[in-house]
Amino acid sequence: MHVCTVTPISMTVGANRIVPAIAIPHPLGNPALDKDEEKKLRRGIVEKALEALATEVDGQTIFD
Amino acid sequence: MRLEMGHIYIKDIQFAAESKIEDGILYVSEEAVKAVALEDEKIKSVSFDIAKPGESVRITPVKDVIEPRVKVEGRGGIFPGVIAKVDTVGEGKTYALKGMAVVTAGKIVGFQEGIIDMTGPGADYTPFSKTLNLVMVCEPVDGIKQHDYEKAVRFAGFRVAVYLGELARELTPDETKVYETCTIKEGMEKYPNLPRVAYVQMLQSQGLLHDTYVYGVDAKKIVPTIMSPTEIMDGAIVSGNCVSACDKNPTYVHLNNPVVHDMFEQHGKTFNFVCHIITNENVYLADKQRSSDWTAKICKMLDLDGVIVSQEGFGNPDTDLIMNCKKIEAEGVKTVIITDEYAGRDGKSQSLADSDPAADAVVTGGNANQVIILPKLDKVIGTLDYVTKIAGASEETLREDGSLEVELQVLTGATNETGFNKLSAR
Amino acid sequence: MAKLKVVHYINQFFAQIGGEEKADYPAELRVGEVVGPGMALTQQFGDDAEIIATIICGDSYFNENLEKAKADILAWVKEQAPDVFVAGPAFNAGRYGVACGTIADAVQEELGIPAVTGMYIENPGADMFKTKVYIVSTKNSAAGMRDAVKKLAPLAVKVGRGDKIGASSEEGYIPNGVRVNFFEKERGSLRAVKMLIKKLNDKPFETEFPMPDFDRVDPNPAVKDLAHAKIALVTSGGIVPKGNPDHIESSSASHYGEYDIAGVMDLTEETYETAHGGYDPVYANEDSDRVLPVDVLRDLEKEGKIGELHHLFYTTTGNGTAVASSKAFAEEFSKKLKDDGVDAVILTST
Repeated sequence: MHVCTVTPISMTVGANRIVPAIAIPHPLGNPALDKDEEKKLRRGIVEKALEALATEVDGQTIFD
Repeated sequence: MRLEMGHIYIKDIQFAAESKIEDGILYVSEEAVKAVALEDEKIKSVSFDIAKPGESVRITPVKDVIEPRVKVEGRGGIFPGVIAKVDTVGEGKTYALKGMAVVTAGKIVGFQEGIIDMTGPGADYTPFSKTLNLVMVCEPVDGIKQHDYEKAVRFAGFRVAVYLGELARELTPDETKVYETCTIKEGMEKYPNLPRVAYVQMLQSQGLLHDTYVYGVDAKKIVPTIMSPTEIMDGAIVSGNCVSACDKNPTYVHLNNPVVHDMFEQHGKTFNFVCHIITNENVYLADKQRSSDWTAKICKMLDLDGVIVSQEGFGNPDTDLIMNCKKIEAEGVKTVIITDEYAGRDGKSQSLADSDPAADAVVTGGNANQVIILPKLDKVIGTLDYVTKIAGASEETLREDGSLEVELQVLTGATNETGFNKLSAR
Repeated sequence: MAKLKVVHYINQFFAQIGGEEKADYPAELRVGEVVGPGMALTQQFGDDAEIIATIICGDSYFNENLEKAKADILAWVKEQAPDVFVAGPAFNAGRYGVACGTIADAVQEELGIPAVTGMYIENPGADMFKTKVYIVSTKNSAAGMRDAVKKLAPLAVKVGRGDKIGASSEEGYIPNGVRVNFFEKERGSLRAVKMLIKKLNDKPFETEFPMPDFDRVDPNPAVKDLAHAKIALVTSGGIVPKGNPDHIESSSASHYGEYDIAGVMDLTEETYETAHGGYDPVYANEDSDRVLPVDVLRDLEKEGKIGELHHLFYTTTGNGTAVASSKAFAEEFSKKLKDDGVDAVILTST
């Protein structure tokens, strides 16, 4: 499964399970937040990624 | 808007006691330009050197290349919002020192600074082997953050360029060109039968070390907007960009944007050059969507028939390019895009990170992964300390005989995506 | 320079033996003879090359007796030992085009003798062989012989001498998927303006880069039991141990890194950084978990939400790195991941 910010590229290159990330230089973080908040945000994305892995898909799917 | 561009051809640069331009020779007082550069306390020291076409000289790590200009009539000054006060530029009279450039160089900031070779195979690829270059190598004060250093060097380059441009204020240009565009209504009335076209320029805006400034505004903070195509000739857009040397737009390219100039050649003849649209290439998907939505919307609101879109950089901006192209085409506006390629050293890989069938008219600046051997040159301005680290180089770059095995990526301006060069690929 | 020796392959029709009724004409070697289009080639070669033998074969014969025909022809070519092998041009003749492509490819592959051919772009042989041999693009009928030979002869000489072959548009061959740089006569902006004018006027124009098709793979089935699954992390964001011990390039990476994170609970500024030169590195250098979420996966591991985090992660810089390189890296480490019993991978990109 693919965690990335630019989901259109992920679609073009053919990933099947896609989870949108925050921004290119910090896909799983946000330096504007304080440490705890940021980790919570990251955990949310990772949990979404795990959920995607546990979900059957027919074709390319973005897990928003 | 009407802008008269006076060209003053510089045939030689020499260091001298007093700075002046006489008979096409630029005399530079080293002391004076040093003082201009050192106005910023973040710069510890600066050294100046001259590199001429054909000389056995390698300049690296190159940050920016700037053409000196001076505003002699009309509103504002060169580099508005950066050096000159904020004021709308692009009309009146401006002089440019042609055939020369100020090149800023110095210790590496990111991974992306470039190389300019004044002779040999590398010189065929970088456009700045053909200019007389006044090179300034800047050393930062100790302990400075990299983005402060980048900014200090960027501004020092502009100050020196403006200082040199001022030397031309009272001169008579060797050649004058007039660039004039109409307002929307005037254009409709004047050229009722000509197709309406615009230039959509994507500005690199990926964050620290990958930025562009419009009237001093960080381009990542803009929404797409329109400009008169003459504004760039007064330095409305400047580079703060250290992305791969081959396809970033140095300030020199912004000032001399070839799409703007070549579209002007057709203005009033085969089409009506309506305006210059600028947009960005941000790192957030929402920004990419908003910006490409807006460029398409602006194209529609201006009733355009066609546009040329130029990219800057590569990788995720390929998506911005494709999004722009797809959405503008979907509005019924015929689109030509300019990009470059990363097709691998063997040329066999996919060249772009994104693609769409709507992008059926593409101009390419060539494959940046092509390997080139740059022979050892007699003199290095700057330092080779980072030559294995810049984008396009590797641990194996420095060969035993002192030559460099690198990709075209390392050469400043080699695969420029405003179509500045003749390099292409098939 | 000595004249290059050329062996030329043509079909029964161009050998003036006959048309469709003679298509079963068996393969034949004529040493020292220049036949049919060989005359035009010879003229075009001038002092650069000469045809030392001509091989003639009926189109049906070749395709119906493929193995024998190929073996006979290869044996003859080997014996003649030319510097270059030229087949056709085949124009739009389908079986002839396939024969030219097949035999030219075989000569290159099996004898190591360079070969060129020519045909019309819609000839089925073009699609089949354009990535294997240089195929000069010709008109769709023999009326285009002069034009075809003008491109075929010089390309044959270049290939025969082992000279550097330019871009398809310069040399006249059908694009073969290999991008080759060259200098145009006009700068890119002017080419764009001209292309736009053509497009605006609904005139034909030629893109300099046809849009590619990307591979597709079928999705894997879902992971059934996350609580017992082994999850691995892979990134194209260039996260590496501080100091980049394997010197992964900031752009156009030539290799990937494999690093052990056994016992690593959190990636810190002191221990990890990014080698990627394509994005602002400040945030990843401050905290590499922002790219490679080791900290969160450790928590999930502790909580029993996942079975375990695989002790190795794989990393490269996806910055100007060729798709072919990335594919090769992934093929290699995917195998390792499988061998290590990894159930699922989270790939993060910047």
